Amino acid sequence: MKVAPISLLLFLALSAQAGTPERIVTVGGALTETVYALGAKDLIVGSDTTSYYPPMAEKLPKVGYQRTLSAEGILSLDPDLVILTEEAGPPPVLRQLESAEIEILTLKAGRSLGDVKTNIQKIATVLNRKETGAALIQKIDAESKQLTDSIADAKYKKRVIFILQHGGGAPLVAGKGTAADSIIALSGAINVVEDYEGYKPLSPEAAVALKPEVILITNQGLEQAGGKESLLNVPGISLTPAGKHGHVIAMDALLILGFGPRAAQAASALSKAYEDL
Amino acid sequence: MRTYSSLAKRAPSSLPHLRLQAPVLLALSGLLCGALVLAASIGAVSIPVPSLLNGDLSEQQEAVLFHIRVPRVLLAALVGASLAVSGAAMQGLFRNPLADPGLIGISSGAALAVAVVIVLAGPFAGALGLYGLSIAAFAGGLTTCMLIFRFAQLTGTFSVTYMLLAGIAINALAGAGVGFLTYLSNDEQLRSLTFWTMGSLGGALWLGVAVATTVILPAIFFLFRSAREINILLLGEHEARHLGVDSQRLKLVIIICTALSVGAAVAVSGIIGFIGLVVPHLMRLTIGPDHRLLLPASALFGAFLLLVADTFARTVVSPVEMPVGILTSLIGGPFFLWLLVKQYSRRFGI
Repeated sequence: MKVAPISLLLFLALSAQAGTPERIVTVGGALTETVYALGAKDLIVGSDTTSYYPPMAEKLPKVGYQRTLSAEGILSLDPDLVILTEEAGPPPVLRQLESAEIEILTLKAGRSLGDVKTNIQKIATVLNRKETGAALIQKIDAESKQLTDSIADAKYKKRVIFILQHGGGAPLVAGKGTAADSIIALSGAINVVEDYEGYKPLSPEAAVALKPEVILITNQGLEQAGGKESLLNVPGISLTPAGKHGHVIAMDALLILGFGPRAAQAASALSKAYEDL
Repeated sequence: MRTYSSLAKRAPSSLPHLRLQAPVLLALSGLLCGALVLAASIGAVSIPVPSLLNGDLSEQQEAVLFHIRVPRVLLAALVGASLAVSGAAMQGLFRNPLADPGLIGISSGAALAVAVVIVLAGPFAGALGLYGLSIAAFAGGLTTCMLIFRFAQLTGTFSVTYMLLAGIAINALAGAGVGFLTYLSNDEQLRSLTFWTMGSLGGALWLGVAVATTVILPAIFFLFRSAREINILLLGEHEARHLGVDSQRLKLVIIICTALSVGAAVAVSGIIGFIGLVVPHLMRLTIGPDHRLLLPASALFGAFLLLVADTFARTVVSPVEMPVGILTSLIGGPFFLWLLVKQYSRRFGI
């Protein structure tokens, strides 16, 4: 009498380990997007708060912000696979998940189209959807080729400054090695900041000296700064060519910084936006 | 300097400190003026002092000077003066050398309000534009201060001890609120919040300078006028009453003026530590404890110190900026220790 349920449990446990995952928690907006793009929406049982695209991702149970995950929250969703980026944490929580024998797939936080394709490939392999993955990569390759061709015609590269946010003091501006730096390069423009890495508060005077022609900002950042008008009044910004002509481009944060499956589309949209200014 | 001369008229000139008054204040004013000119000339866009004084500037230099640098330099001096005078008055009121404006809840209340705006009210804050955080900081700081003040009056009369204790409790509560919001925040919000609590004058605009001036200068003026009464209060509350000081009114004036001027300072620059605590000490160690001299001297030296710190903050790691709060501690801390050691060795012959 007792043997049957136990063997059933054993069978379930073994089949879950061996086969393709059936309950996935995705952490990181771009990765969630990728799983959706691979047509595996029925497998996702939860995601983090940075996962808000496609819109149906917003309705998933949330396990918190990707850097402040809690082991119990994730375990309560009973996943057999957690897909996350190297930015996810804190590390002790990941250790706890490992000790609870949850399979974890850690991927690079995307900074280039190469990263995007590698991530798609890895997720497609784990989910046993290699063909869909290959098709998705082909689509991205086609989009990126179209983009490079259209950029190649342009003789002049716009000088762009990316403002992550403005919180009262000096605005936080993207330097080298950031997702913003990559997307600007992809869109056929130049990031005016070359002297430092990461996001740092840029001195207003330095902003003037760098002479940016376009201000790129996320919708969220623009909202926080109080809209276009008040962004253009930030000390220093008002004196740049971009500030004088009101050349501000605002786009969704996940779209332009996420480096998910829409990265090439984001770069094309950005490069079109320069022309429309 | 009109305040100073009217004080001097009232003051009996036999006090030894007052004979020193004019030279010390003149020297500090000279120091501040020199620093103002130098600070206006140094920056990412170079403007040499001679061409600055002759008005011989290119179009870019002129734009940078008038739209970015001058408002910032003035704001630094103004905020420095406000924090230092308020700190000196607080230390006098609480008769405690460790008192600083943070004690009456301005910084913690402002930090809580700013955290609420950054983390919870993102899009709503947009309606207030660039000044959203400033308005929140000012309102939050004053509200907390009023709350602490109400607690201090629970016994019917205003009690400094109750104010101190209520201040500690409410600061802890506000700290918990900020902690909770920090926990809720994402990367970008956390970054905004952290940078705000380290202070920056990078957002200096003429409007901010104008508003801060209209709040801070009158507040400082009333504090200067209370200097003689603060001196008497130091003898003890009973003694002060017998000498004709209305100590309830005096406490009210000090707290309102401090709250307004520090509130305005925090609103335009975030939380800049150290100045309010240590500048009054530095001045007391060098020129003595007479508030008639101590308050104006603290104002001048506080303005000077923050100006120097901010000039470093925006030039040392150019094109990036360093939060100025780090530098005020970095410059002032070792200097303060040196002064302490010097005093100690003089007194005890070590």
